[in-house]
Amino acid sequence: MTRRWIRHLRLIDPESGRDWQGDIAISEGHIVGLGEVPADFVADEEIDGSGLIACPAFIETQFQAHTPGHGRNGDLESELRAAAAGGFGTVVLDPTCEPIADQPGVICEQQVAATALGLLRVHSAAALTRELRGAQLSEMEALLRAGATVFSQGQRAVADSRILRLALSYAADLGRTVFLWPEDDSLAAGGVMDEGPLSLRLGLPGRPQAAEDIGVERDLRVAALAGARVHFPSLSSAQALARVGVARKAGQEVSAGISLHQLLLSVEDIGHFNTRSKSLPPLRSRENREALRRALGDSLVQCLSVQHQPWGREEEGQTFAQAPFGIAAAEWTLPLALRLVEEGWIDLLTLLRLLTTGPAAVLGLPAPRLALDAPADLCLFDPEAECIPTLQGFSRGRNHPYAGWPLRGQLRYLFVAGRLVHCNSPA
Amino acid sequence: MMPWRMGEGDPQRDSEGRLRNLLSIEGLREGEIIEILDSAESFLGLGERTVKKIPILRGRTLVNLFYENSTRTRSTFELAAKRLSADVLNIAVASSSAAKGESLLDTVDNLLAMQVDGFILRHPEAGAAHLLARHLGERAWVVNAGDGQHAHPTQALLDVFTLRRLAGPISERVVVILGDVLHSRVARALIHALSILGCPQIRVVGPRTLVPPELHSLGVHVWHELEPALAGANVVYALRMQRERMDAQRLPSLEEYHRRYGLTAARLRLAAPDAVVLHPGPMNRGVEISAEVADGPQACILDQVTHGLALRMAVLARLAGGGA
Amino acid sequence: MASVWEVSTLLDALQRDLQARIDPQSWAMIGIYTGGVWIAEELHRRLGIVTPLGQLDISFYRDDFSRVGLHPQVKASNLPFAIDGARLILVDDVLYTGRTIRAALNEIFDYGRPEQVLLAVLVDRGLRELPICPDLAALRLRSNPDDYVKLRGPQPLSLEFVQHPATEQQP
Repeated sequence: MTRRWIRHLRLIDPESGRDWQGDIAISEGHIVGLGEVPADFVADEEIDGSGLIACPAFIETQFQAHTPGHGRNGDLESELRAAAAGGFGTVVLDPTCEPIADQPGVICEQQVAATALGLLRVHSAAALTRELRGAQLSEMEALLRAGATVFSQGQRAVADSRILRLALSYAADLGRTVFLWPEDDSLAAGGVMDEGPLSLRLGLPGRPQAAEDIGVERDLRVAALAGARVHFPSLSSAQALARVGVARKAGQEVSAGISLHQLLLSVEDIGHFNTRSKSLPPLRSRENREALRRALGDSLVQCLSVQHQPWGREEEGQTFAQAPFGIAAAEWTLPLALRLVEEGWIDLLTLLRLLTTGPAAVLGLPAPRLALDAPADLCLFDPEAECIPTLQGFSRGRNHPYAGWPLRGQLRYLFVAGRLVHCNSPA
Repeated sequence: MMPWRMGEGDPQRDSEGRLRNLLSIEGLREGEIIEILDSAESFLGLGERTVKKIPILRGRTLVNLFYENSTRTRSTFELAAKRLSADVLNIAVASSSAAKGESLLDTVDNLLAMQVDGFILRHPEAGAAHLLARHLGERAWVVNAGDGQHAHPTQALLDVFTLRRLAGPISERVVVILGDVLHSRVARALIHALSILGCPQIRVVGPRTLVPPELHSLGVHVWHELEPALAGANVVYALRMQRERMDAQRLPSLEEYHRRYGLTAARLRLAAPDAVVLHPGPMNRGVEISAEVADGPQACILDQVTHGLALRMAVLARLAGGGA
Repeated sequence: MASVWEVSTLLDALQRDLQARIDPQSWAMIGIYTGGVWIAEELHRRLGIVTPLGQLDISFYRDDFSRVGLHPQVKASNLPFAIDGARLILVDDVLYTGRTIRAALNEIFDYGRPEQVLLAVLVDRGLRELPICPDLAALRLRSNPDDYVKLRGPQPLSLEFVQHPATEQQP
């Protein structure tokens, strides 16, 4: 295992809030020197980290790698490489693969594939209900034994409140967070974008923001009845986010995440039927986006997500209604996230918390830290270097609307358990 | 107007801002619309000649690519193209094959290999014409003959052409659009055309389930009662009411729709005395419009059809020709 | 340098030459918009041609459609007599490249098959690009492409010939 000494870094530890200059020494997958590295540390490789920031590698709560699957829309390797390039050291796989992750065998397959690749840490989110249909409970204990970390409904709401209560109660026993998709199905049914002036102009059916507000209200109350810890991985409505904030203040065990896309884009980015901006939850109005941005500063959000969902060539060239939902931008997470800092919506420390300690808490994982003996999951990046996203990257999906954006922030090194998983140094 | 973000321009125009495709009325300039209407005027005269053909599109090949059934629109485009001496290929794609078989873009690529100059596309999905236009780039042009609920620019153009000829200057007319505006590409296109041409008041009328108040964002006045909305109207445009709306529970019954919103002779008398009545066809006599009105002196529905041919000739000539 | 001619004098010449060649009872006349129609109206009246005057707008038959598109305002062509077997006098104001006459002949033949067509123009400015020859021309000019030859009208009719400054030096 390579022993490394990285010098002259700016170190930021989100957990403690500490921001200081120093070096890092890595050995046997752990941080063995931090700030001042003992002079007797012998390194196999020395890296000059001048101008770079070091922080824990990011954690993604909803990642679609289509594994198991047929591979045409991406596989674990292609998508993990994209995630690594974006600064992630850990991802949680969405249960919506083929077949759906409602069987222990699927969880095992995911874990085996991840181990074999040896790229990032991969957690599996197991389906809360069979086939995510919201009708029957899945064998949650068996899924946990197979290696699942959390339960999730993917992007499907549970229509039947009674089933939701039962599933959440059952999950509560097992002490794991449940990811819920809050949306009133029947109100939103058939909608392909936000319901509003643009959907009226384009003649496309819309998903009203109220459907999410109603969904969140219902899910919060049912979760309270069931005593379960729930997380909404990707909210789009500022009002729904505020409602979750109220529940948290009242002591309910609930958390909320939002995707970078909700903060950087708006419904107008659909423009002339741009399928690269088609996502679930849909991009909403500018006013709502401004409210979401303000909510970042009010600590109403516990984690940020890039909600990576790749779709391959065969899914391109479709009309807006036919095209699948999803944006594949994991590779550009770092510069996209830094754009929020650059525009003043959030400071760097809070941003890093939302990408590291926040998701870890939601997942029930130990907080990633820049500390002695902590695992060497590190993201080293140059915050000033120009980074212009291309349409085609590591991911098999070209479905993202960020190509050509003049961003700044280049990942230079990504370490997972001390292994160098991604390297992009100009040297 | 839709603001546009980085990465994509309006596929209706080429890199120099010239009209390359006709995808939607939105984005057209008033001058461009007027030029097309003036041009249509010339083509109208051709219908009187014994020799109705002129050679301007000789040697060009146009394809009518219709993914939705429509004898009327398709045959109008076919005739328009033939009168301009173009060769026409008619492709009627049965809806089942569209779902399962060759994709739109694959079909088009196969046709392009046969040196096609232009496509006239009707498709059940909104945005299909934009998708095709982006795919084609400079290789061929596209006329949108109706894409889902989104747009039907040639219908709107023939409608305003008819109004210009039979109802006087649009900038001085109150227009009422009556019926299922929410699902109507014809209504959307007409609203845009009227707005661009300076219509001072566009009223949309219908039940809230089909004419939601949010439509005001298109720059129209929303009414839910027919009688007051007709007061002072110079133009009444009745939209076709489809059975599917009942099945989707937007209306309890067609009878009730007729009782509340049917354009009868008695109701028409509430409008301006010389008000004209239009309909995109085909009509459901007894539902959205009574037979008496449909066959009455104020109805200009047959004129719409005649004008449709001249207008489509003007559009094809415009897109196939050089210059601005 | 600009020159202006008295059109009535030129019309006198055309009238004289035409009278010698045609019978106003059996020949018909067609003018090409716009200047050709003005000239034709005059000639039609002076010659006492019985058949009503025909007017032709050749916009739909031009050969430069791909390059310049269609002019938005096309007047309706009007040929109020049978073309089959007709003897026609085709009238235009300025004959230049010959393309207008080619287009006019194409349009006429779309209506039928004339027995004979005589071409009468007010001015032949040369610079032909097609093998078209006027049967009668009141004025022949030597011009260059940059020069400007235009009939102004309808009342009063006047003919302008503006030579481009660079060409004035030429012998």
